[in-house]
Amino acid sequence: MYGKGLRALSISTVAVMALALALVFFYAPLEAEQGFLQKIFYVHVPLAIVALCGFVAGGLFAIQHLRTRDPRWDMRSYVAIHMSLIFGVATLITGSIWAKGSWGHWWVWDEPTLVSFLIVFLLYATYQPLRFAIEDPERQARYASVFAVTAGAFVPLNFIAVRASTAYVHPRVLGATSNLPSQMALTFLVSLLGIALLFTTLCKYELTAKHTRAQLRALRRLADRRAGTAVAVAPARARSAAPSVHATAMTAHTPERPGI
Amino acid sequence: MRRTVGALLRKELLVELRTLESVPGMSLFAVTTFVVFHFALQRSSVDGDLAAGILWVTLLFAAILGINRLFVADADQGGFDGFLLAPVERTALLVAKALALLAYLVALEIVAVPAFALLLLGPSLGQAMPQLLGVLALGDLGIAAIGTLVAALAVRTRARDLLGPLLALPLLVPIVIGGARATSPLLTLGHAGDPPTRWLLTLGLYDLVFGLIAYALFDFLLED
Amino acid sequence: MVAAPLGELPALPLHEAGKYVAAAYIVLFALVLVYVAIMAIRSRRLERDLGELLAHEQATASQESGESQQRESTLV
Repeated sequence: MYGKGLRALSISTVAVMALALALVFFYAPLEAEQGFLQKIFYVHVPLAIVALCGFVAGGLFAIQHLRTRDPRWDMRSYVAIHMSLIFGVATLITGSIWAKGSWGHWWVWDEPTLVSFLIVFLLYATYQPLRFAIEDPERQARYASVFAVTAGAFVPLNFIAVRASTAYVHPRVLGATSNLPSQMALTFLVSLLGIALLFTTLCKYELTAKHTRAQLRALRRLADRRAGTAVAVAPARARSAAPSVHATAMTAHTPERPGI
Repeated sequence: MRRTVGALLRKELLVELRTLESVPGMSLFAVTTFVVFHFALQRSSVDGDLAAGILWVTLLFAAILGINRLFVADADQGGFDGFLLAPVERTALLVAKALALLAYLVALEIVAVPAFALLLLGPSLGQAMPQLLGVLALGDLGIAAIGTLVAALAVRTRARDLLGPLLALPLLVPIVIGGARATSPLLTLGHAGDPPTRWLLTLGLYDLVFGLIAYALFDFLLED
Repeated sequence: MVAAPLGELPALPLHEAGKYVAAAYIVLFALVLVYVAIMAIRSRRLERDLGELLAHEQATASQESGESQQRESTLV
């Protein structure tokens, strides 16, 4: 049951994010150098951290999938990577807005967070095309897991490499988390918790929806088998890059009909 | 294991020698790219950061050509099936292919580096040559490890020529970072400096990590 | 707990910086809303498919019970 705990999770997400917003705008002091613009820090950096962790988590789930061959791990890996990609886009956009406000340019090469996120984004953007290009579902899941593990290991190494290449050129401004006064630190931690909860809630929601669709498909197949004919309401859905979990694990399945 | 690797490597190199489908193409591509750079940058000689950048970018894209072709014969002509039937360790294929790709890269550099020195490079290479070879070797190891893994991943998909480079390029960016940073002091006009150890270590560490990852994951790609 | 007076800060004036901060937070909000919209569309489709399946099954079930009633009547 994927949906268990989803309600509690969403409620805590809303509560923590509301608290975070209140803290950001009413509690955290204004930063001396950047003033009000620095408030973007409380949304940009947590997004970056959560997205990075999500990518690494996708790799860890993929390892589990390769070890156990349970398609549910592949599903979790897919959802984690998919969600992290979206959070990564949000990171790039908010970082770009911050850069524009700080230095007048929409893009700066001096910020290692932005640059390494761009590289990571370009890498993970190939995840779905890769899945889509492999028809056999078992092989698709397996190859996707190999990719997810490689890319998951790449993320921290890439971050270190890019950071090392910019370290001595410009002092990092956008992502500085050290030497935060306690009020800012508290606000930051609450924001981080809020974004992390948001990520988890959305992933759980996605998993529940996918699982429900898989249950529907299984039900439909049972109906087919009983009737002995194709059900009149066959779906005309395009072949999807997303993995499909089967409601009964490891049963044989009919491939999705290719889209029109 | 070593015997299997040896046998597979000999087969790879023999096939390459007979068909010449990778290395001449890669080398020609590199030389042509230098010519293109001359016109695109409108410069007759480059040095320092710019020279290091041009060299690494050209080597990178030429390597991509080799990576694309690495497993194509095996996929199209049943080589994978034949290999899977043999009672040998599957990782031997990874090691053999990676070593073959390494050999192709070395052959590429034997042509490309002198061509670069001749066509575009301002300062002379003589003094910095051994250090340059060291940096290139470190880079090649990383390209070979990642390139082989990506090639195996991409070859049995539908858009293999497109997916291979798309997967490989981001993964190879840290090698370009490390390689270019380590090479620039070697190519500066006047006094050639030493490659900063920081970048040599980064390259070495990256090679090691991805070599291990490729080694651990390769089996999963060959199961059917 | 009181923020420093805004007039003393050398950074972007509030009305300008405010636009960027607002934009950043709106981006996050918008992305979440887009996601909710996509999930809503999926839910509707799921509901429709389930409805069709249920209707079909009910039709088949009533057909079968109708047939078995017919058979019973002919056996008599």
